[in-house]
Amino acid sequence: MIDIKKYDKELLMDMLEKMVLIRRFEEKAAQSYGLRKIGGFLHLYIGEEAVAVGAIQNLNLSKDYVLTTYRDHGHALACGLTPNSLMAELYGKITGCSKGKGGSMHFFDEKKHFYGGNGIVGAHIPIAAGVGLKIKYLKEDGVVLCFFGDGAIHQGSFHETLNMTKIWEIPVIFICENNQYGMGTDFKRVSSIQDFSIMAGSYGMYGEQVNGMNILEVYDTVKKSIEKAKNGIPVLLEAKTYRYKGHSASDPAKYRSKDELEKYKSQDPILILKNEMIKNNLLKEEEFEDIDIKCKKIAKEAADYAEKSDEPDLNELYTDILI
Amino acid sequence: MKITMREAIRAAIDEEMEKDTNIILMGEEVGQYNGAYKVSQGLLDKYTDKRILDTPITEEGFAGIGIGAAMAGLRPIVEFMTFNFSIQAMDQIINNAAKMLYMSGGQLKVPIVFRGPNGPAEFLGSQHSQALQTFFFHTPGLKVMAPSTPEDAKGMLKTAIRDDNPVIFLEGEMMYSWEGEVPENEYLIPFGKAIKRTEGSDITIISYSKPMKTVLETNEKLKELNINAEIIDLRSLRPLDEETIYESVKKTNRVVIVDESWPNASVASHIGWLIHKNVFDYLDAPVELVTSEDVPMPYNHKLELHAQPTVEKILNAVKKVMYI
Repeated sequence: MIDIKKYDKELLMDMLEKMVLIRRFEEKAAQSYGLRKIGGFLHLYIGEEAVAVGAIQNLNLSKDYVLTTYRDHGHALACGLTPNSLMAELYGKITGCSKGKGGSMHFFDEKKHFYGGNGIVGAHIPIAAGVGLKIKYLKEDGVVLCFFGDGAIHQGSFHETLNMTKIWEIPVIFICENNQYGMGTDFKRVSSIQDFSIMAGSYGMYGEQVNGMNILEVYDTVKKSIEKAKNGIPVLLEAKTYRYKGHSASDPAKYRSKDELEKYKSQDPILILKNEMIKNNLLKEEEFEDIDIKCKKIAKEAADYAEKSDEPDLNELYTDILI
Repeated sequence: MKITMREAIRAAIDEEMEKDTNIILMGEEVGQYNGAYKVSQGLLDKYTDKRILDTPITEEGFAGIGIGAAMAGLRPIVEFMTFNFSIQAMDQIINNAAKMLYMSGGQLKVPIVFRGPNGPAEFLGSQHSQALQTFFFHTPGLKVMAPSTPEDAKGMLKTAIRDDNPVIFLEGEMMYSWEGEVPENEYLIPFGKAIKRTEGSDITIISYSKPMKTVLETNEKLKELNINAEIIDLRSLRPLDEETIYESVKKTNRVVIVDESWPNASVASHIGWLIHKNVFDYLDAPVELVTSEDVPMPYNHKLELHAQPTVEKILNAVKKVMYI
């Protein structure tokens, strides 16, 4: 176990609060989805919070970049996109981060260097390397975090990109969030290997497996990886994690057992950090309660904001196609 | 100054790269090999491997890397060794390049040019010899250009490189050695501006890219028949210069469209529909299309030539539309 005492209390509190916010935001989103206020697909990140928060906590988003998949709510919140603009996007309102034109799978914030929110499995992986190529070309001091799921790791785009990232020494850290299921399929049934981090070796990159339920492990590993990536060695991390919900909100997830789900819930990423902090006198139960109440309130306010926001005008249909 | 198509394209890239260090060229064999069709000859020596990037044979991957670089502020020119291989990169072009601005609510622009040879070549069989413009023409969020002369190629490509949108720039694979006059001074040819290759009053023939040559050859025969054709070279497919088309139709009242892509739901069929919809009252005959035959390209040369628009086919179409 990592010694929690070596971290600033402020950092720990920040990471804890971000994880709770993601959890409460998504629970609210799921509720609104149930009420049909939100349409389409809704891929929830609940259970995986430690991966996004732990990794992104290392970044300076004035120079670093983040790209992720369609399961993007957690990463967007970790990058500092406001809950209001995200909930409004889910509601399809003009106040949404993508003006209501993106939806759940297409959160973007150019200023915060959050480049999506991408809906095609694996197709954003080369895009991330392209962003990294810009950093390299302009001799900037940034790094790109590219998140994707275990389903994407078999795509050609992943393998093509790792090869080019290595030959051009592009500063990217590829983070495979192995939540164990690619849609409804257990990854073990469709993967020739079970430790994805060894794929890094095929491209002369650095690879490591990390416990994605332990935010401190994620934080430390990504910190170390950033140094490597900036020194010309791209990194592939596999974060072992678990999603509590189905692939999307419409998936009852009958392909897995209750026992399995309960087992993972007992090592919940929020509980792990909370308990460790309490044990070391860095947090009191009441303080956690306060955080939780505050995050629930933020989520509710976001839903109220989205509810009250305007729909896009019909003429928005024809804007933003070309510049 | 008379130069070839490949020299005109190279000059456009060179002149723009000189001006703007954010422009990079990437693709298979664009650097050390000097380009499969020698378009990029000499550019590696001038700009080094920092700006001229040889890629592995991975169209989806390097198209995507170009798109990401464009989103972050560079201005990549991505060469497809041939557009036949761009089919592997279609997901990147359609799902990412074309839609990024829209689905980000106007935040992320993608200033990239995808260029390379397109259209039928000779003896290459079905997978290496086909005209793919319709796939890109179909897609909102892309601009599509297809020049027919070295002069146009240079002026249009410079415009494409400076544009902040993703541009598909189609060069006829058989056209690289074609020569033509090109102005000495710098010039730009804008999007959405067709050009009349001939003025005429009897019939409008609309075409673009390589088949323009066949159309102009056909015109020599039409002159012998005292048929006075107005020939329109579209140059830019998206945006399309509808005005020039309609003005001409109002004058001639008869139209043949020549397009070497397949006929179904094609550039040609769409323009035919636009004409019927917008200037129907001016038509004295239904619009006739001369396209590729609706078949994959055969290897056999006799069949191969017959699969494409020919002088004879265009002549027959003109006669049909003119009821002669």
